Amino acid sequence: MAKMTGAQALIESLKREKVEVIFGISGGALLPIHDVLYDSGIRHILARHEQGAAHAADGYARASGRAGVCMATSGPGATNIVTGLANAYLDSSPVIALTGQVPTFSSNTSYMIGRDAFQEADIIGITTPITKYNVQVKRAEEIPHAVKTSFYIATSGRPGPTLIDLPKDTQTGKAEMDFSDSLQIRGYKPNIEPHPLQVKKAVKLLLKAERPMILAGGGVNLSNAAPELLQIAQLLMAPVATTFMGKSCFPENHPLSMGNIGMHGTMLANKMILEADVLLAVGTRFQDRSTGTLDDFVPDANIIHIDIDAAEIGKNVNVEVPIVADAKQTLKMIYPKLAKKLNKKESPWVKRVQEVKAKYLSEIDLGNADLTSAKLLKELRKILPEEAIIATEVGQNQMWAALHFQTIKPRSFISSGGLGTMGFGFPASIGAKVACPSFPVVDIAGDGSFRMTEQELGTSVTEGIPVIVIVLNNSMLGMVAQWQRLFYKGRYAAVKLGAVPDFVKLAQAYGAEGIRAASLSEFSTAVKKALKTEVTTVIDVPISPEDDVFPMVPPGKGLRDTIGGL
Amino acid sequence: MLPAHNHIISTIVEHKPGVLYNVANLFRCRGFNIDSISVGRAEEVGLARMTIMVRGDDRTIEQVVKQLNKLIDVIKVTRLEPENIVTRELALIKVSAPSTKARSDIINYADIFRARVVDVSTESLMMEITGTSDKIDAFINLMRPFGVKEVARTGITSLSRGAKSVRIEE
Repeated sequence: MAKMTGAQALIESLKREKVEVIFGISGGALLPIHDVLYDSGIRHILARHEQGAAHAADGYARASGRAGVCMATSGPGATNIVTGLANAYLDSSPVIALTGQVPTFSSNTSYMIGRDAFQEADIIGITTPITKYNVQVKRAEEIPHAVKTSFYIATSGRPGPTLIDLPKDTQTGKAEMDFSDSLQIRGYKPNIEPHPLQVKKAVKLLLKAERPMILAGGGVNLSNAAPELLQIAQLLMAPVATTFMGKSCFPENHPLSMGNIGMHGTMLANKMILEADVLLAVGTRFQDRSTGTLDDFVPDANIIHIDIDAAEIGKNVNVEVPIVADAKQTLKMIYPKLAKKLNKKESPWVKRVQEVKAKYLSEIDLGNADLTSAKLLKELRKILPEEAIIATEVGQNQMWAALHFQTIKPRSFISSGGLGTMGFGFPASIGAKVACPSFPVVDIAGDGSFRMTEQELGTSVTEGIPVIVIVLNNSMLGMVAQWQRLFYKGRYAAVKLGAVPDFVKLAQAYGAEGIRAASLSEFSTAVKKALKTEVTTVIDVPISPEDDVFPMVPPGKGLRDTIGGL
Repeated sequence: MLPAHNHIISTIVEHKPGVLYNVANLFRCRGFNIDSISVGRAEEVGLARMTIMVRGDDRTIEQVVKQLNKLIDVIKVTRLEPENIVTRELALIKVSAPSTKARSDIINYADIFRARVVDVSTESLMMEITGTSDKIDAFINLMRPFGVKEVARTGITSLSRGAKSVRIEE
C-alpha cells in the first residue's frame, strides 16, 4: 500500500462513505485538506458563516436521510459550529463535523495542543455534551478509522452528530493507511430488531383497544417508517397525531390525520389524544412541548412505546409495553400479526374521530384580515407540489407553518424542534436543496430569525442553489411579543426590531430576487414567479405585529387546557 | 450496608484519555450526583473499571445506567445489588501525636480497627485503613480528639460476590 498524507486519507475515506458535498469555511488549520479537496471531485460549498455550514449539512441530512458533512477551521471556526451541532444533537440528525486543530507538535516545543496556541479551542471538550461521539486524531494513520467510526455512529441507532478534530500535523503526516471495512466498537451496539415477546404484548394490547391512537415522532421520519405507519394506522383505523418532529411522517390530507399535538398543536390532536385507551407511540421522547404537564397526559391510555434509544423509555412517562428497536422494523413485525386478527372498518371510535374532526375543521379561524399567516400558508400549499420541502425558522413563523401548512410526503418538513434555533431554516433550506435539487425548497421565516443567518444569501447565489424565503415580517420577535402580550401585560421588552432592513433591497444587494407581497394575490403571484426563477427569491410579506399563534397550551398546563382557535 | 439512597454502579470502560471526562460530564449535564468515583485498570488490557457511588431514587439510577450505556467508550454498566457485594475503601489518615501517651492510645485504637501505621514523626502518625466507608468514618471520628491533620480517601470500589462477574462478553 502506498503512503499518503492524512489529508489525502481523509478525502479518500469521505469518498468511501459516498460523500458528495461538504459545507464549510476554510482557514489556516484546514489548508492541507482544502488543497486535496480542490480537485477531488467532492463539492465544497463555501458558507458565509460556520453556523450556516453546520445547519446546511443538517438540512441536507434531513432531506436526504444521509449524513451531512460540514467543515470548519480551528478556534473560532470550530466554536461557530457549536450551535449547529447542539441543534443536530437535539433533533437526532446525522451531521458530521470536521474541524481543523493546531498541530499536536511544533518545531520549538514538544507539543502545541494545550498551550493556548493561535486559534486553538478545546473543541472536543466543548462539544462532548452535544455530540453522539467525538474524537481528536493523534496520528495521520488514525484518520480512516476515525472517519469510518464517526459515520457509522452518526447514522446508526438513534442518529446524531459526530465530530472529528484534525490537528494540522495529522493532515500533512504521511503513513500507510488502512481503509478496511471492519469496524469493532465494543461499547456501541444499537438494538435494531424488536424483542418478539414485546411485539406480541403490543399486538395483544392493540387488539383489545377500543380507542387506539397513534403518536408518531421524529423517529418515524428518521427510520423511513412512514409507509409502515400508514399501513398500521389504516388497519387499526387509529387517528394519527404527530409530534412537532414527526410532522410530515403521516400525510396530513388523510382522514386519520389529526395534525400535531403539543403546545401549539391542533385542538383536534390535543383533545383526541386525551380520549385514547391505547396509545401507540413511535419514535418520540415525550418532550414537554409535546405533552404539556405530565400528570394529565393521556390519563386513560396504556402506552406502547417504540424507540431505538433505551434511555428514552420511562424517562418522561411510564409505559405499558416498551420496545427498544428501530421503528420501521418494529412496525413491519406488528403489522402482519395485527392483520391476521383484525378487520374493523367501523367502530364508535372511528365515527367519533371523524365527527370531532369535521367539527374542528369547520371552526378553523384563519383570521379576518385579507392577508394572515394562516391564509398565506394555505395558499402556499395549493401552489406547491406535494414533494416540495418546507424549512422553517423558529418562533411564530414555525408554529404557523406547523399548524397551517399541510405536509404530505415524509421528510418534507425541516425545522429546529429540540433546540429551537432561530436562523436554522434558511441555511437548512440550502442544504435540503442541494440534497433534492429537483424539488422546490421554501423557508418560512420571520424577520427576526432570517436576520440571524441571512448572509447565506451569498452562498445560495454564488453556488447556484435557489430557494424561496418567505419572510413573515412583523418587525418583531413575534413569539416573545406574543408571550409578553399574554403573560406580561403587553410590556414589549427587547422585541421591537423596527422595519429594517428592506428585505427586497437586501435580497437584491446579494444578487437574489426580492419581492414584496402586500396581499394574498400578490403573494400567490410572487411564489409562482419564484418557482420559475433560477435564483433565490426573498418574498417579504408584512403582517400584523398583533397576530398570535393559537391554539396554545399555556405554560405549566396540560393538553386539556388548550386555548384558542382551530 | 449502604444508606438507602446510595447506589453503586460498576462500569467497564475503554482505558483511554477523555473517558473520565465523558462520564463526569454526563453526570454534570444531567444533574446526577456522584458521591464517589474510583477508577483503575480492569482485568483486561485496554479496559478500566469505574466504580461510581450515586445518590438518587430508582428512576434516577435507571436513567444513570441508561445514559452511561449510551456513551460510546462505556462498554458495560451494571448496578450492583447492595446485599450481594463486597465494597472497600482505603484511607490514609494523619493524626497529631505529640506525646507518648497519645501515640500509644492511637496505636491501640488502630489495632482494634486493623489500621496500620505507615509513617511516624515526632509530631504525628499516619495510618492506613481499609474497609467499608462506615468503618472508616468511625475510625476517623475516633481520631478527631487527637487532632486529625489530613485525610485522603479513595472512594469506594466494589465487586459482586460469587462467580458471576461484571465483564464484557466477547
